[in-house]
Amino acid sequence: MPEERTVLGADAIGRAWQRVAHEIAEANADGGAVLLVGIQRSGVPLAQLLGETLGGIYGHEVAAGSVEPGLHRDDLSQRGMSELRPTELPDDLTNKVVVLVDDVLASGRTVRASIDALIGFGRPRCIQLAVLIDRGHRELPIRPDFVGKNLPSQPDEHVEVRLTDSDALQSVVIKTP
Amino acid sequence: MNWHRKHLLDIESLTPEEITTVLDTAREFKTVGERDIKKVPALQGKTIVNFFVEPSTRTRVSFELSAKRLSADIINFAADASSFKKGESLKDTARTLEALNADVIVIRHKATGAPHFLARFLKAHVVNAGDGAHEHPTQALLDVFTIREKKGAIEGLNVTILGDILYSRVARSNIWALLKLGANVTLCGPSTLVPRVFEQMGCQVTYDLDYALASADVINLLRIQHERQRKTMFPSIGEYANLFGLNRGRLAKTKPDAMIMHPGPMNRGVEIESEIADGDRAVILEQVTNGIAVRMAALYLVNGGKAEDVNA
Repeated sequence: MPEERTVLGADAIGRAWQRVAHEIAEANADGGAVLLVGIQRSGVPLAQLLGETLGGIYGHEVAAGSVEPGLHRDDLSQRGMSELRPTELPDDLTNKVVVLVDDVLASGRTVRASIDALIGFGRPRCIQLAVLIDRGHRELPIRPDFVGKNLPSQPDEHVEVRLTDSDALQSVVIKTP
Repeated sequence: MNWHRKHLLDIESLTPEEITTVLDTAREFKTVGERDIKKVPALQGKTIVNFFVEPSTRTRVSFELSAKRLSADIINFAADASSFKKGESLKDTARTLEALNADVIVIRHKATGAPHFLARFLKAHVVNAGDGAHEHPTQALLDVFTIREKKGAIEGLNVTILGDILYSRVARSNIWALLKLGANVTLCGPSTLVPRVFEQMGCQVTYDLDYALASADVINLLRIQHERQRKTMFPSIGEYANLFGLNRGRLAKTKPDAMIMHPGPMNRGVEIESEIADGDRAVILEQVTNGIAVRMAALYLVNGGKAEDVNA
């Protein structure tokens, strides 16, 4: 029987994401160099939320964009082609601190594909990774710099971050098959 | 995603949703051409054959660049240098290409239905790059892509296609694509080249050029296909230019934002006056740029199509 349980409510993940914004600001004193890039598509609204909080901390607007990893995936021949969503970078990447943003980190393959996609646009000073949930099961040597919540899970489970219709954080659920 | 086809053979059999999927996919691929590194690894390791049994430079080059930007390997196989002159059949040549482990065969052929014929027995994906006077699907897709990009939407637009419709695969594919996406299509040209039978497709046919131009949001000019027609279709090139060529006097009577398109190669001074071709209403060079994005989308999407799909 497939079942689903809520592991985090709106308040808990909201606070975790606020904390991540503060950690990003702490690690990057030069706010003008920070560029948030959400991974299509779940990472995009999360990057925007971070941008709003960071704007308050730095006292100036922090731009948030998006990157589509689809063309750089390593499983195109197994899984087939996916829908492509726009890659929209708000600024030239050169010498910027790019913070990649996604909702759930597991194998790390999507992050790998996103990094490859970004490099096609220019050479950032560095790329950092912020995720709301790290659920383990890494298949590549990829490590997040900022984590909202570590959430150990079984490999066959599915972790989902839910947003409201207006893209506010709602809940994190684990689905079991 | 609304795409499950193994081949791209024509526009006639596509649904409006499938056409929109190609256009949306192409929009993302267009940005690849604007990057520092104009290449993505989506089709890495795939082999594509440009199988051109009819001369073509621009379409072949466009497919070639599209394949390269997707990191596929592409080889060109032109009829002149091939075995056709030695008597090999189309089927045997295509099978030979497939034996090279080609994943996609892009075919241009003077016979209607040649791509459909190959698709029946080849395991490879087949993309039609123009078959006789039948269809030229990627040209129509790049035309509607350009219109959508400039005008925002296709539905409700008045599109006039002017010139040699009878012998034009570009016209047929464009008519299908535009009608499926909800445009109003008007055809105009000499009556010998624009038969009334096209009304059955759902277009309006008129021989009154001023009428055809007056309400148009988009004017697509087609080249006279000297290579496909008999000499008796109209008296002379000069007369065609006088009666149906787009000149500044006629342009002045069009809507101020009417967009001028031409699939190329254009005959300056015949279907289009030189100043108009170079003017700010013309999007002819943007069509060329968009052609790469649309062909990348076509190659990418057919590679994801499954063989067992009945609609393939």
